[in-house]
Amino acid sequence: MSEPLIFHFDVDGENFASAGQASTQVKKNLRQLGVPAATIRRVSIAMYEGEINMVIHANGGTADVIVNEDYIEIILADKGPGIPNIEQAMQEGFSTATDQIRSLGFGAGMGLPNMKRYTDTMEIDTMVGVGTTITMYVYL
Amino acid sequence: MKVKELLEHGFEALSLPDGDREIDGVYIGDLLSWVMGRAQMDNAWITIMTNVNTIAVASLADTSCVILAEGVDMPEDILETARDKEINVLRSSQPIYETAVQLSKLVS
Repeated sequence: MSEPLIFHFDVDGENFASAGQASTQVKKNLRQLGVPAATIRRVSIAMYEGEINMVIHANGGTADVIVNEDYIEIILADKGPGIPNIEQAMQEGFSTATDQIRSLGFGAGMGLPNMKRYTDTMEIDTMVGVGTTITMYVYL
Repeated sequence: MKVKELLEHGFEALSLPDGDREIDGVYIGDLLSWVMGRAQMDNAWITIMTNVNTIAVASLADTSCVILAEGVDMPEDILETARDKEINVLRSSQPIYETAVQLSKLVS
């Protein structure tokens, strides 16, 4: 069995315009590895939503993508405010984003639901005042 | 139908690095996460959002082209990003509804 490939990114919490750089790079890397387009799309959308969330809510964080032989693991970690009510946050349409964020086209309350929609498994580990780590798996 | 064929029907090319790409269906929306959740790969995406995140969403959701309706302007630096990322951006002077009606006749 081959060694897993690991891609690490720091997500800049200050720059909304640069959000998406990590997911765009992952898209390129996966394409070079010959991963099917539909799978790349799922991974990169889930990761982009995570990046946006980290910029909106958590002042940035880190993103790690681990490509294994039969699955891709995406780990998004931040030291933001945490999610007080995961069930509520998972509802489509629920958002705590500001009007400024909404004017950019985000804050539709679809971020976490989209991450769940496009991945096979999603785990949320969060503590209020400490941070959030989201781990997602997409099977190849 | 190919993206570049829309130019024969009154659409204006603002960025056309991949004009031979086939269009399969249409999606309309301005809320970017909503678009990412609902748009299908190869859709033509009609929107009036013109910030740089529009280009990121088009790239990640793998739409065949962005169609800016209502004649809205996209800043040149964002069009540069679109060309760098090989994202097709077209423009229609028509309102969103009329743009969609026109596309429904062109895209089977």
